[in-house]
Amino acid sequence: MWLYAGRRMLMTIPILIGVSIICFALVKIAPGDPVQNLLSPTASAADAARLRAAYGLDKPVVLQYLIWIGHVCVGDLGMSISDKTPVAGEVFEALGHTLVIAVISVSIALALSLIFGVIGAYRAGAVSDRAVTAMAVFGISVPPFWLAVVLVIFFSVNLGWLPATGMGPNGSEAFSYFRWSDFKYAVMPIFALALPPLGIMTRTTRSSMAEILNQDFILTLRAKGLSEAQVIRHALVNIMPQALAMFGLQLGYLIGGSVLVETVFTWPGTGYLLNKAVLTRDIPLLQGTILVLAAVFVIINLAVDLLQSLIDPRLQRS
Amino acid sequence: MSETPASLRRLAAQDPRDRGGPAQPMLIVQGLRKYFPIRAGLLNRRVAEVKAVDDVSFFVMKGETLGIVGESGCGKSTLARLLMHLTPKDEGAVILDGEAVGGAGGVPLDGLRRSLQMVFQDSSSSLNPRLPIEQSIAYGPRVQGARPKAARARARALMEKVGLNPTLFGPRYPHEMSGGQKQRVNIARALSLDPRLLILDEAVSALDKSVEAQVLNLLSDLKKQFNLTYIFISHDLHVVRYISDRVMVMYLGQVVEIGPSESIYEAPKHPYTRALLACRLTMDPRERVDAAPLAGDPPSPVRPPPGCRFHTRCAFAEDVCKRVAPRLDGALELSAESHLAACHMDKAGSGHSRAMH
Amino acid sequence: MANVFAGSSVAATAPKPVVQSRGYWASVWRRMRYDYVTLFCLALILIIALLAILAPEVAPMDPYKSSMAHRLKPIGYPGHWLGTDEQGRDMLSRLIYGGRVSLAMGVVPVALATLIGGLFGVTAGYFGGRVNMAIMRFMDIFFAFPSVLLAVAISGSLGGGVVNQLLTLTIVLIPPLCRVAETAASQVRTMDFVDAARSTGASTLSIVFSHVLINVLSPILVYASTLVSVSIILASGLSFLGLGVSPPTADWGLMLSTLRQSIYVRPLVSAIPGVAILVTSVAFNLLSDGLRQAMDVRQ
Repeated sequence: MWLYAGRRMLMTIPILIGVSIICFALVKIAPGDPVQNLLSPTASAADAARLRAAYGLDKPVVLQYLIWIGHVCVGDLGMSISDKTPVAGEVFEALGHTLVIAVISVSIALALSLIFGVIGAYRAGAVSDRAVTAMAVFGISVPPFWLAVVLVIFFSVNLGWLPATGMGPNGSEAFSYFRWSDFKYAVMPIFALALPPLGIMTRTTRSSMAEILNQDFILTLRAKGLSEAQVIRHALVNIMPQALAMFGLQLGYLIGGSVLVETVFTWPGTGYLLNKAVLTRDIPLLQGTILVLAAVFVIINLAVDLLQSLIDPRLQRS
Repeated sequence: MSETPASLRRLAAQDPRDRGGPAQPMLIVQGLRKYFPIRAGLLNRRVAEVKAVDDVSFFVMKGETLGIVGESGCGKSTLARLLMHLTPKDEGAVILDGEAVGGAGGVPLDGLRRSLQMVFQDSSSSLNPRLPIEQSIAYGPRVQGARPKAARARARALMEKVGLNPTLFGPRYPHEMSGGQKQRVNIARALSLDPRLLILDEAVSALDKSVEAQVLNLLSDLKKQFNLTYIFISHDLHVVRYISDRVMVMYLGQVVEIGPSESIYEAPKHPYTRALLACRLTMDPRERVDAAPLAGDPPSPVRPPPGCRFHTRCAFAEDVCKRVAPRLDGALELSAESHLAACHMDKAGSGHSRAMH
Repeated sequence: MANVFAGSSVAATAPKPVVQSRGYWASVWRRMRYDYVTLFCLALILIIALLAILAPEVAPMDPYKSSMAHRLKPIGYPGHWLGTDEQGRDMLSRLIYGGRVSLAMGVVPVALATLIGGLFGVTAGYFGGRVNMAIMRFMDIFFAFPSVLLAVAISGSLGGGVVNQLLTLTIVLIPPLCRVAETAASQVRTMDFVDAARSTGASTLSIVFSHVLINVLSPILVYASTLVSVSIILASGLSFLGLGVSPPTADWGLMLSTLRQSIYVRPLVSAIPGVAILVTSVAFNLLSDGLRQAMDVRQ
């Protein structure tokens, strides 16, 4: 087991390196000279050259990469051009805000998908199954940012129940789950984020449940006299590894892909930060955000793999 | 099998494709070896090897049928793939009608393809499920340069030869045919390139007995019609006796016995062969056996026993068997009629108490 | 033809084949014929596509003609059935024209990614060994990014515009298609008929084209069809963030973005472009589901 864990972790390192290279390259392939954006139009060529040297842009590309990576390894992700604050601090603070809604979203989605999956598998073909499937298809087909807008229209504009933007009247620092005045800001973002994972996970749990319920050992359990609830419990235990894997993956996707929903709700998470970085062409911020989000995704994938192989050693991929 | 091996050889030698003459063996295999690496550990290093085929030497005369028998894992299928050059060999030489295959100045692989073909075991994977069988059969000629119409005509002619109505079966897909019909298609496909030597790897093993008999009869008809030489691999001893002129017995990647089939079946020399033959079930209730002649599973080919590989299951094993590996002397030098066994009991002066002195 | 059968009495009296041999695609169509949901979605998509292609003929008005006097009119306003946007442009016309961009952004990247990813995947799957490792490890690096993140990252670097957006989406879709192709190809590679083809002396190219491709095509196509709706949503998301086509081009995602400020004034009209995205996406998803069911069955 430890051998597998060790090997798997070892394999993650080249992936992280590859990710960092891509992060670096992405910014390099961006058209336009980053220095030009920072200079006033009256700046001279000498000024441009000095600025370039100050940012280390006059060195060969590979060296620039290595310098950057060196900084990253000690936790220095540079300074945000637009905010004039360290990128690392901004990104990790934003990550915390994203986690506030992402974890709840995926947890709700998982719980609901298990319930719906069981319902769908049991009543296969009946109306309730079709309803479950329809809801799942809706979940994966709906553009999350549009859903966010619709929620805002409905709950903020028409009903005035929930606030449209922001992370609480006291700002993100003082956010607390337990105060409704804060938490009500999170309700709609959570709902909008939860629907796509709900759709995906429901489809998977439904088909897995249907498959498991068809197997012979279920027949044995019933023949032993177990109640249907107990049979369902046994079946659920079988899907647990897969469900956990999905939870991890969807969490990773949400953390990395929350940009659209957060933009609509002005929720100060990493997605919002990403959007801001793109709009203001803030290179260090963009680089730092992408790197952190991708790294988080890789680490979540690693954790999911290891957890799965712990639960079911057959799942060890070489 | 009414024809004598010698007359068959003469028949085969009148073939215009023949190059070496009637006395030249169709195929000579010298010291063939194939080890498969096993990788493990953090860096996926080669930690052990599966000794699938280890120093195998034999020859096949023109026009004869050589049967190869052995338990699962003895290396027969690997041997077949090595001969077909579908799997690259580690060591050894393959000589086809007097000319070495591969290497400088030898028969190029392309030439090998035209002389040596294989009939696979009938499984769901031996025919392309998305191609009508006419196209499957015609593929070979097409690849070798025939025009589509000519290839199709050849496919249809071959289907007739194997007993399938071309109009009825040509456009059919594999899933629309029975096991016996699919095997006929496999045979037709193997014959499409006009080969001289056919390797049949468990070709009838998956068929019902009645169908098996039909296909075996078809095979012997075709052999005469097309001047073929067969290598027939099987685990079914009855079938091998029925169809083979000579038989080769393999164990754990090595040849343990080889000789004319009557000689092998009537007077087996190697303890393994004797045990194998004793395992055959008979219809006579008076010949019931209480104990299995061959107990246990064969040892792992990754770490074969030292000395004679069979000594762990041999009733006659002695000290010399654990230390010295017996060799199949004369496998390539002596004539096809000789009956050889890789056993210390068979060799004079080997140190075994039962050996002739 | 006659010569082959001359002298063969069986053939001379051969009856007409009773069982009409069914090819694979014929059997797929046979199964889909009774799947009404899938057929409905197919029809819907064809209608949307037709409207998009014939946009200049079908749209009632010029999608770029703005009129400050007619800003944000509601649904059902005379002359503008679906209202007008924040610049007074007719929503219905913009919706129809927007379909062009959105459909293109759905289909073209998937088609390109299928070709490129399929090529790499089949190569990796067929050859195995080092080639496989090299290709799949390279793809693994891209798998380390969630798709939205990767799309925003690439798009953010390259900048906006139709071509860049197409490029971004294609790059994002190549790794998953490559993986599916690799799995399918390596499974086919283990089959005996591939070895039989190799033993005829066929070139690798010939074997791949004649034997491997027809067997991997269906899983790849089914997977590709599920990616169309993903691509449409990603594309509209990028446009929403301003990384897609630039105004005043009609694009559903971009329309949603520009209408965002107007949700307090004219909420229903502001939501319309999203409905279009939703409907198209649902149609493609259900179609790909139906396709998968029809293709999955073994004959």
